[in-house]
Amino acid sequence: MSANAAAEYTSYLGGGDTLKSWLTTLDHKRIAVLYLISITLFFLIGGVAAAVIRLELVTYAGDFVTAETYNKTFSLHGIVMVWFFLIPSIPATLGNFLIPLMVGARDLAFPRLNLASWYLYTVGGIFTIGMVIAGGVDTGWTFYTPFSTMFSNTYVVAAVIGVFIVGFSTIFTGINFIVTIHKMRAPGLTWFRLPMFVWANYATSAIMVLATPVLAMTLTLVAVERIFQIGIFDPALGGDPLLFQHLFWFYSHPAVYIMVLPAMGVASELIACFSRNPIFGYRFMAYSVMAIAVLGFLVWGHHMFVSGQSVYAGMMFSLFSFVVAIPSAIKVFNWTATLYKGSISFEAPMLYALGFVFLFMIGGLTGIVVAALALDVHLTDTYFVIAHFHYIMVGGSVMAYLGGIHFWWPKMTGKMYSEMWGRVAAVLIFVGFNVTFFPQFLLGYLGMPRRYHEYPEALEVLNVISSGGAVILTLGYLLPLVYLLWSLRYGRIAGGNPWEAKGLEWQTSSPPAKHNFKETPVVTEEAYAYSPYKV
Amino acid sequence: MSDKHTAVAEQFDDPEQEYHAATLGMWVFLATEVLFFGVLFASYAVSRFNYPEAFAEASRHTDIVLGTISTGVLLTSGFTMALAVRSAKLGRDKAIIGFLVLTILLAIAFLFIEGTEYYQAYGEQLIPAFNFMYEGAHEKPVELFFFLYFLMTGMHAVHVTIGILIMAAIAIMAGRRRFTSYYYTPVELTGLYWAFVDIVWIFLYPLFYLVART
Repeated sequence: MSANAAAEYTSYLGGGDTLKSWLTTLDHKRIAVLYLISITLFFLIGGVAAAVIRLELVTYAGDFVTAETYNKTFSLHGIVMVWFFLIPSIPATLGNFLIPLMVGARDLAFPRLNLASWYLYTVGGIFTIGMVIAGGVDTGWTFYTPFSTMFSNTYVVAAVIGVFIVGFSTIFTGINFIVTIHKMRAPGLTWFRLPMFVWANYATSAIMVLATPVLAMTLTLVAVERIFQIGIFDPALGGDPLLFQHLFWFYSHPAVYIMVLPAMGVASELIACFSRNPIFGYRFMAYSVMAIAVLGFLVWGHHMFVSGQSVYAGMMFSLFSFVVAIPSAIKVFNWTATLYKGSISFEAPMLYALGFVFLFMIGGLTGIVVAALALDVHLTDTYFVIAHFHYIMVGGSVMAYLGGIHFWWPKMTGKMYSEMWGRVAAVLIFVGFNVTFFPQFLLGYLGMPRRYHEYPEALEVLNVISSGGAVILTLGYLLPLVYLLWSLRYGRIAGGNPWEAKGLEWQTSSPPAKHNFKETPVVTEEAYAYSPYKV
Repeated sequence: MSDKHTAVAEQFDDPEQEYHAATLGMWVFLATEVLFFGVLFASYAVSRFNYPEAFAEASRHTDIVLGTISTGVLLTSGFTMALAVRSAKLGRDKAIIGFLVLTILLAIAFLFIEGTEYYQAYGEQLIPAFNFMYEGAHEKPVELFFFLYFLMTGMHAVHVTIGILIMAAIAIMAGRRRFTSYYYTPVELTGLYWAFVDIVWIFLYPLFYLVART
C-alpha cells in the first residue's frame, strides 16, 4: 500500500524514464510532451523551407533555387506548417495536457485512442518526410486538381497519404476532447464555469470532427483519380474541378478556425491572469467561439470568388464572410474590456498574448478586405492574401501557442525560465513578424503574385525588407528553444501556482502527479474569480 | 464472478460515466462517418447533375433483382442486431451469441450477393480502370457512374466487413460472459454502428438501382 501511495505523489515525469515507458504511455500529459517534441521538429522543417523561400526572394531574379525547387519548397512549407504544425499545435500539446486538468478529470476519456492519435501523427509525418526525400511535391498545400491528378510529375500520392493519416489523428483528438468535456467535468464545474480555453477547444473539436473526414475523402479521390485515371475532378475525363475546390475548402476554411480558436482560448487565459480581471462578457465569449465554429462552415466559397462559381454564390459567401467578423470582433472588444482597469503586468506570456491580439486584429481587418467580392478579384493570388493569412494563422496561432507554452511551462516541467529572455524573444518575434509580413500587404496590393520565384525589379526593396524581417523572426523563434531547454536543468523551482492564476490546473502540484489530482476537486466559484484591483 | 465486467477504467468515476462517455464517443465517431460518406454523395449529386441522361442510362445496367434482395438481407440483419442488443439488456448470453451469429451470416450473404453483382459487372466490362468498355455516346460519364458505384458500395462493403469482425469479437466476449444486464455497452455500440451501415445502404440503394427505373 505504501508503494502505491508513493506512486500517487511522484510527478508524471518521474516513475519510469525509459523510452518504452514514454512510447507506451497512456497519460495525457506524457502524450502532450510527445506531441510537443514532434511538433517542434516539424516546425523546424517548415521553418527551413520558409527560409529558403525568403532567401530566393531577396533578389528579383530567380537565382538561388530553380523554379521547380521553389515550387517544391513552398509546397513543403505549406503542407508541413498547416497539417503538421498549425492544426495540431495548440490542441494536441496544450489541449492534451490541460483539458483533463482544467475539467478536473484524471485523464481524457479514451487514453488509448489518444496514444493512437500520436502514432498516426508520427506515421503521417514519416510519409511526408519520405515524400520529400523521394523528390518532393509541387502542387502547393492545396493539391488543386487537375494539376495534382494529371500534370504534376511529383510524389502527390505519398503526400496525400501523409495528410490523410494525420487527418485521422486530428479526428481522434477531437472525439476525445468532446467526450471528455461533456462527460468528465468535476462536480460543480458547469458549462458556464469552464475556462475559455476549454470552450475554445470544444468548438475546435467540433470542427475537427465534422470537417476532417471531408478532407480525407477528397484527398482519397485525388489519389484514386491520379492512380486510375478516372476523372471525378478532371474535366477532360468528365469530372468537375470546381467540385474539388468546394470539397477542399469545405474543410480547409474551417481548418483556419481549428488554428485560431484554440489561440483565442489561450489568449483569454493569459489576459485574464495578467490583468487580474475576470474575462469581460464571459458568456458572449463562449457564444462567440461556438458562433465562429458554426459560421466557419458557411464561408468556404470566398476562396473561390474567381474560380467560376456562380456570382450569386460569390455574393452569399461574401456576406457570410463578413458575418464571421462579428463574433471575432466581440472577442477582441472583450479582451480589451478585460484589460480595462486591470492591474496589468507584462510577463512574457502576457507580451505574447497582447501580440496575438494585435496581429489577429490586423489579420481580421484585412480579412474583411479580401472577403469583399470586388476587392478580392484584384487581390486574389497576390501577396496581400499571403500576408493576410499569415497574420491570422501565424501571427495569431503561433503567438498564442508560444504564449501558452510560456504560461504553462512551469506547470508542465515544474521549472521557471528566464523571464528577461522570455520578454526579449516575445518582442523580437513581434517585431520580426511585422517587418516580414507587413510589406507583403503592399507587395500584394501592387500586384506581386504568389507562388512565383522571380518578380519585377521595382518590387525588390519591399522584398528585401520582408526577408530581413524573416531573419529577426528566426532569431526570435530560436531563442525560446535555448532558454526553455536551459530552464529544464537550471531553472528555479516553479511551485504549484507561480502566476497566482485561477483555474483547476493550478490547484495541483507542478508538474502534476500521474492522475492529476489527489482527490477530485469540487468547483464552487465562477471561472476567472480574480479580484479586480480597486483603488 | 471475476470475469464479469466490474472494474471501471481508471479515468472514470463510475460505470455510468463510462457508459455515457463511450456512447457519446460512438455517436461523434458516426458523425465523422456521415461526413466521410457525405463527400461521395456530394460527388454523386454533382456528377448526376452534370450528366443526367448518362447516369440514368448507366443505372439501368445495375441488377435490380440482386440489389433488392441484398437490401432485404441487410435490413433483416439490422433487425437481428437489434434483437442481440435486446438480449444483452435482458442478460441472456446465449441469445446474444445466437443473434450475433445470425447477423454475421446475413452480412456475409449480403457481401456474397454484392460480389455476384461485381462479377456480373466484370462480365459486362463495366469496371472502370480495369476492363471498362462501353459503346455509346456517354462513355466517359457512364464510366464515372460505375466509378462512383464501385467506390461507394466498396466503401460500404469495407464497413460491413469491419462490422462482421466486431460482431465476432463481441460474440466471443459474450461467450466469456463479459456482459450483464447492467453492463452491455459494447453490444449496444456495435448495434449503433450496424444501424449506421444499414442507413448508408438505404441511401445507396435508390441512388444506384432505383432512380432511373420508372
